Amino acid sequence: MGNESKIKIDNLNLHIGKNHILKNIHVSIPERQLTVILGPSGCGKTTLLKSLNRLTDLYPEMKIDGSIFLNEEDILHSKTEITLLRKKMGLLSQSPYPLPMSIYDNIAYGLRISGRRKKKYLIKRVEHYLTQVSLWDEVKDRLKDSASSLSIGQQQRLCLARGLAVDPEIILADEPTSALDPLSSKQIEELFVKLKQRYTIVVVTHILRQARRIADYVIFMYMGEVIEHGPAKDFFENPKEELTKEYLKGAFN
Amino acid sequence: MGRKFWKNTEVGVYRVLMFLATSIIAIALLLIIVSILYKGLPSLNWQMLTQVPKGGYYFGKEGGILNAIIGSLYLSFGATILSFIISLPLAVYINIHRAKQKRLVNTVRFLLDLLWGVPSIVYGAFGFTIMIYFGLRASLLAGIITVTLFIIPIMVRSMDEVFKTVPKGLIEAALSLGSTRSETSYKVLSRQCIPGIITAILLAFGRAIGDAAAILFTTGYTDYIPTSLSQPTATLPLSIFFQLGSPIPEVQNRAYASAVVLTVIILIISIISRILSRKYYQERIK
Repeated sequence: MGNESKIKIDNLNLHIGKNHILKNIHVSIPERQLTVILGPSGCGKTTLLKSLNRLTDLYPEMKIDGSIFLNEEDILHSKTEITLLRKKMGLLSQSPYPLPMSIYDNIAYGLRISGRRKKKYLIKRVEHYLTQVSLWDEVKDRLKDSASSLSIGQQQRLCLARGLAVDPEIILADEPTSALDPLSSKQIEELFVKLKQRYTIVVVTHILRQARRIADYVIFMYMGEVIEHGPAKDFFENPKEELTKEYLKGAFN
Repeated sequence: MGRKFWKNTEVGVYRVLMFLATSIIAIALLLIIVSILYKGLPSLNWQMLTQVPKGGYYFGKEGGILNAIIGSLYLSFGATILSFIISLPLAVYINIHRAKQKRLVNTVRFLLDLLWGVPSIVYGAFGFTIMIYFGLRASLLAGIITVTLFIIPIMVRSMDEVFKTVPKGLIEAALSLGSTRSETSYKVLSRQCIPGIITAILLAFGRAIGDAAAILFTTGYTDYIPTSLSQPTATLPLSIFFQLGSPIPEVQNRAYASAVVLTVIILIISIISRILSRKYYQERIK
């Protein structure tokens, strides 16, 4: 397991009006591991995740400063080509948002906007990515059906496949199992564990047990601050901070 | 007694109000349709739909209103297409590209609402002034331009309301795939909004084909089917107006027949657009 860091967050601060949402975040995310951002609701986990691919741009009220380096390039720099950057990161949101088109087109969309339009190629790639998320067997006979006809669990796996199709280096997931039933959640977790061989994965969750199951590296946040971060083993077995110990005991829940 | 009684009374009052409101609208619609059919259908015949007015048509002699049917279709399709070309990008622009500048966007919305409220006769007078200024005569082109100006606010604001309902998560999902804002708008969001966009087009088309005031001075009126944009043209609303103004009962009845034709055209367009939007409605993300 490599310990190279993929993303370096440096002195990141984010304000909404007078509220200080993210406070002096200073943390690195290791490459090809599964990093979990853990913490109670409203601690800024999701905001931190969204600043990684600059979806924070969508919210005019958010004022952000500091830097986030991805392969030595500052994501937050205004000259950074934002669409190229976002292609390097797949996003999985809390509830699945498939695109309003067919199952096939959902996967092909990302390929097409990257300029790959040959039909034969597309058909092969669509099968490849759907197989990767174990969805192919369930949908191979209905690729032309609308994506919204799938179950929520299937939709979430479709969204994952859609994200993989743009060939990212990183997968960002924002409480990806919160809308799913236990079985679908398990499938997503297993997929993450499989995919971390090839991708850097960042999962936001407030479910302690989920974090224990899947994490290689943990970033624990509370009230907009990173309280503690480190390899999962150390974090769960030898937490250093009082706050972490309390959280692990379940004092917050 | 007490709480429960008041609760039941409240429900009852609203039920009665709702029933009254619905019936007034339904009855009005029914009366309109029945009265134009009752007066118009006997005079409606094949000749009326397939011929242009012959000499003395407006005194009850032979001929038809084909000139007005074709003229109205040219005018309203022309204006609808032209204003669509302007309205969709504008609606997308204020919702996606400039979404961050709340004040600018709200100012644009306010101005469009003001324009929506301007009576169509004012657009007609405005169009007429412009026409005179450029030395144009009443023509299909002048009519199309005037009607386009008149329906743009309707179209933009209707589309705008549709774009506002797009879930933020869908925008985030599309952007996260590395789409540019334009790709997000035209390839993803427009698809999500197609049923609403079709409704917006339909609403604008209905106003365009039904309005008489905006075209009164700008398109003129002739007995011929126009063969170029620079010729004046007849339209159904004005045709109804002129025929209804006649003292001859036979000609008056033809006005009602023309109204039937106008209503049927709108009905056909509505049905076609419903069928078109159904497919996309199912693909929408809730």
